[in-house]
Amino acid sequence: MSLHKVIANADEAVKAIQSGQTLLLGGFGLCGIPENCIAALVKKGVDQLTCISNNAGVDDFGIGLLLQTKQVKKMIASYVGENDEFERQLLSGELEVELIPQGTLATRCMAAGYGMPAIYTPAGVGTEVAEGKEVRNFNGKDYLLEYAFDADFAIVKAWKGDTKGNLIFKDTARNFNPLMAMAGKVTIAEVEHLVEAGSLDPNDIHTPGIYVDYIFQGVDYEKRIEKRTVRN
Amino acid sequence: MALTKEQIAKRIAQELQDGFYVNLGIGIPTLVANYIPEGIEVELQSENGLLGMGPFPIAGEEDADLINAGKQTITTLPGSVFFDSAMSFGMIRAGKVDLTVLGAMEVAENGDIANWKVPGKMVKGMGGAMDLVASAKNIIVAMQHTDKAGNSKLLASCSLPITGRACVKKIVSDLGVFDITENGFVCIEHAPGVSIEEIKAKTAGQLSIHPSIKEMNV
Repeated sequence: MSLHKVIANADEAVKAIQSGQTLLLGGFGLCGIPENCIAALVKKGVDQLTCISNNAGVDDFGIGLLLQTKQVKKMIASYVGENDEFERQLLSGELEVELIPQGTLATRCMAAGYGMPAIYTPAGVGTEVAEGKEVRNFNGKDYLLEYAFDADFAIVKAWKGDTKGNLIFKDTARNFNPLMAMAGKVTIAEVEHLVEAGSLDPNDIHTPGIYVDYIFQGVDYEKRIEKRTVRN
Repeated sequence: MALTKEQIAKRIAQELQDGFYVNLGIGIPTLVANYIPEGIEVELQSENGLLGMGPFPIAGEEDADLINAGKQTITTLPGSVFFDSAMSFGMIRAGKVDLTVLGAMEVAENGDIANWKVPGKMVKGMGGAMDLVASAKNIIVAMQHTDKAGNSKLLASCSLPITGRACVKKIVSDLGVFDITENGFVCIEHAPGVSIEEIKAKTAGQLSIHPSIKEMNV
């Protein structure tokens, strides 16, 4: 880990990412996704990626952009609706997909970030998710053994970050971001507001900078709303 | 007459108790929030990381950073709190959420639920459903009693891949309210104008009628 984390932009952030690597990508739906790094990955053109993210974006935004350019070999997610290109690639056999329960996805990130190799969860017991997995009974209830993720990079989006890599997330854009930030072998954080170390209240920080390797000031956030819903 | 979705939601809202933490799934369950009885305070949990979910925003105040588990824009209520996805499912697994309401494609007489996958169709994923059904202590299913072809969705055993086993405690359908017991489905209420004969005809799986069955108040 280095104390010197600030880099110029998304292109520099994804420079070390190679084809065939495994990426954790923060966000829930289109909320809190690392827009700048996704765009930079499209530009860089690395392919055969395994992407772990709760969702796969929509056709023309989020991870959907990496699907359009056929850069994703395998998607690990809990829910992959709202994406026609995803469906086409899946049905044609071009794309592998592994669907896992949302809480299991979160907890496998958490385990990696806490230095634990695996966890037991009741989610999926007795279902096809349990196939081939160790089942253990604790106090009369069955649990599945699920392993911590082993990902080359985690790419997360935060609201505020400082030059030491400390991160603060906003509202429900927090979701998987702090967990994935902890789980990557190398973690990249793009932030809406990059500030000098010392200007954030240490009490307010969600992710300590020790988990973050690279941080940069993001630009031109679209922050698209997937399902705009208002009161009558 | 079979109930509307709104009436199903209204009946489920009668199960809410003051002080409950509640997780409402997508579809009919979401509508339950519109019928919280007066004088009862509940707090809604959204599994993408919020306790204290409020109504949809007024036009012009939508915030891309503030959505529910169905990815709709929402608001927060005073005293709300945000957390990450691990903590969100942590509080679900730890049994802190008092009531979970979700939809289903099929429910079996032993409480098995199927609501995530139809073989041969594009599988979108289970989202948080498997986590919720594996841990929630009190699960109510909101659903239509039959599918579009008229087949019962209350079955002896699920024909679709299950989401969780032996977990559903109660079903509120458009025809009635059913407890799930060691003896299968027990109809405790019928929808206004729906006969016991109709319920029997449209229910597969073991069904008994509670001796003091009453009409749903919707």
